[in-house]
Amino acid sequence: LFRLPVKRLFSTLHSSVDSTEMKKFQLLAHKWWDEEGEYSALHSMNDIRVPFIRDTLLNMSSNYHLGSPLSGVKILDVGCGGGLLSEPLGRLGASVTGIDPLEDNIRTADQHKSFDPVLAKRIQYKSSSLEEIVEESVETFDVIVASEVVEHVADLELFIKCCSQVLKPEGSLFITTINKTQLSYVLGIVVAEKIMGIVPDGTHEWEKFVPPEELERLLELNGFSVKAVNGMLYNPLSGSWSWMESTSVNYAMHAVKSGAQEQSSPREALAEVESEQPSATAGSA
Amino acid sequence: AAAAAAAAAAPLYDVVVSGGGMVGSAMAAVLGHDVHFHDKKIALLEAGRRKEYERMPDHYSNRVSSISPGSATLLSSFGAWDHVCSLRLKPFRRMQVWDACSEAMIVFEKDDLDDMGYIVENDVIMSALTKQLDAVADRVEVFYGSRAVGYTWPLPSHSCDTSPWVQIELADGRRLQTKLLIGADGHNSVVRKEAEIKNIEHRYDQSAVVATLYLSEATDNNVAWQRFLPTGPIALLPLSDTASSLVWSTSHEHASELLTMDEESFVDSINSAFWSNINHSDFIDTAGAMFRSAISLLKPSGTAVRQLPPSIAKVDPESRAMFPLGMGHATEYVQHRVALIGDAAHRVHPLAGQGVNLGFGDIACLAHHLSAAAFNGSDLGSLKHLLKFETERQRHNVSLIAAIDVLKRLYSTRLAPLVLLRTWGLQATNALPPVKVRIL
Repeated sequence: LFRLPVKRLFSTLHSSVDSTEMKKFQLLAHKWWDEEGEYSALHSMNDIRVPFIRDTLLNMSSNYHLGSPLSGVKILDVGCGGGLLSEPLGRLGASVTGIDPLEDNIRTADQHKSFDPVLAKRIQYKSSSLEEIVEESVETFDVIVASEVVEHVADLELFIKCCSQVLKPEGSLFITTINKTQLSYVLGIVVAEKIMGIVPDGTHEWEKFVPPEELERLLELNGFSVKAVNGMLYNPLSGSWSWMESTSVNYAMHAVKSGAQEQSSPREALAEVESEQPSATAGSA
Repeated sequence: AAAAAAAAAAPLYDVVVSGGGMVGSAMAAVLGHDVHFHDKKIALLEAGRRKEYERMPDHYSNRVSSISPGSATLLSSFGAWDHVCSLRLKPFRRMQVWDACSEAMIVFEKDDLDDMGYIVENDVIMSALTKQLDAVADRVEVFYGSRAVGYTWPLPSHSCDTSPWVQIELADGRRLQTKLLIGADGHNSVVRKEAEIKNIEHRYDQSAVVATLYLSEATDNNVAWQRFLPTGPIALLPLSDTASSLVWSTSHEHASELLTMDEESFVDSINSAFWSNINHSDFIDTAGAMFRSAISLLKPSGTAVRQLPPSIAKVDPESRAMFPLGMGHATEYVQHRVALIGDAAHRVHPLAGQGVNLGFGDIACLAHHLSAAAFNGSDLGSLKHLLKFETERQRHNVSLIAAIDVLKRLYSTRLAPLVLLRTWGLQATNALPPVKVRIL
């Protein structure tokens, strides 16, 4: 039902991938797996984002396979980088597809997983943007994780629409990103990049940070229901992350795609672009 | 592709435990029974043969351990304690420790008359562990008669073309790979040496003589006795109402004498060691008596009743043996993809009966961190959680190991000032419940 409009809507003129962003990551493609190196904060973020994803999914499901809590779950890791998050999810039993527009990142990720036969089978990496896989992956995934990605994309609403396309109804979307506040400028850019070097200099642009209210608005507009928002805090002295009430710097969000019957707003938005599409919900337009 | 081919060569395990003694076997069993390790592959390398008993032989083995309640809890967490109880063990309620050079004495017992600890033959523990390893044979593969002869360490993981795992070469030429190597191979640990971890060690000028002894008369044998002689502590650990196990730490020469003398003389030496007062001096006795009256003025219940140890009638003929004593402490317990537990990490004098209990404590801590790491999908060999184990255990172990070493040295002398110090110290400690509880 959605094939034709998909092709026309997501032409290559519009892309969620930003080429200047890609250049920044190119330089560090081989540094992903140094736990003490440039990406150490991302490594230690696993200590809170993996349990967050794992426990949310466990609470929603009734099956539990001993030793493999995510067994049977198909996950898409968008902007997977060197595979820092894909690997733990794979170890917990999930089938993971990791995509990243940068070929060097995918090469690093592929090489790193190749030594572990279990991971090599469970994880597949592709050098691709999200839009490029939408066609062949409609309603394929149970879960999408987009961790530390949305602050780098060119078109956030497009990104969210694509997520909705490839996610099964009632599938989960997990996002972690950075808020756009004075505090996030001071801590996230000045301290983290310029002063302490926790994040490589120039990684982030404050202009592209996303306030949770904005993210929530876009998600709800595109067929998602936001279930949880939690603030995250990085302690540079201990090198570890923790949860906190306030979302003024980093935060994590969990949203669920509405079930097949409940779609109204997304069709409304798409109908504007594709006017000849026969609308099953003409009454709601 | 080349990497994948190389990886296919030697089987890859999640955890390999090197050393199948009490501590190594228990480590493998605890992980094998952990719910988060359900789909993991564990291997245990043991140079000796498989040890299992359906029924214990009539004679007691001369190698026994004092198992603390905490260790018993660990063993019951994966079903091994039930097997121990069905074979044989002896609970004790009380520990009396006293000096040969004075009347000073300290008594340990739990207020609620609970068991303070258990005297268990090492063979019994091994048999129980073997049974519980069998129960998880689909996850834990035990290699008997196997010794590791070489280890190849990986570089900390950056992207490189060499394998990120630890490579192990066995004596028979077989090779294994593992994500985490746990060294439980005793105080001369090969894992520790090959990992180039510095070890602080010291050979005591003492050997321990062990034997199985039969009491003159059957008694409610539920007290552990230890007397500090100038040459070293002698301990009597209850095995049953008619038998006790001897652990006598003394000079190498004296130990050899004890082993070669005839059985009657041996028994006489033991009885004399416990009963004789020749090391007393009037000065110390008077000073001690004065201190005791001072205490009883301040704290009437602070001096305990002195019980008399049992006297020995016979020694089990084949049971006399000796082994040298020393202390050791590894400066690091962990490295990338490596962890040390038990005597490989720390070796102590038997005077406090702590050796194997420290090892079981290491297991409980390491298993806790590995279980959490597995549930988080982490790389098991990552230093992040291994360092947490090291910090927790070093904090716990270092003070205890140092204290045992100090006690050993303090009690190895007849010099009056030191005897007075330890006499008063012991009497004071006996009178002060908070200090005693801390020691327990």
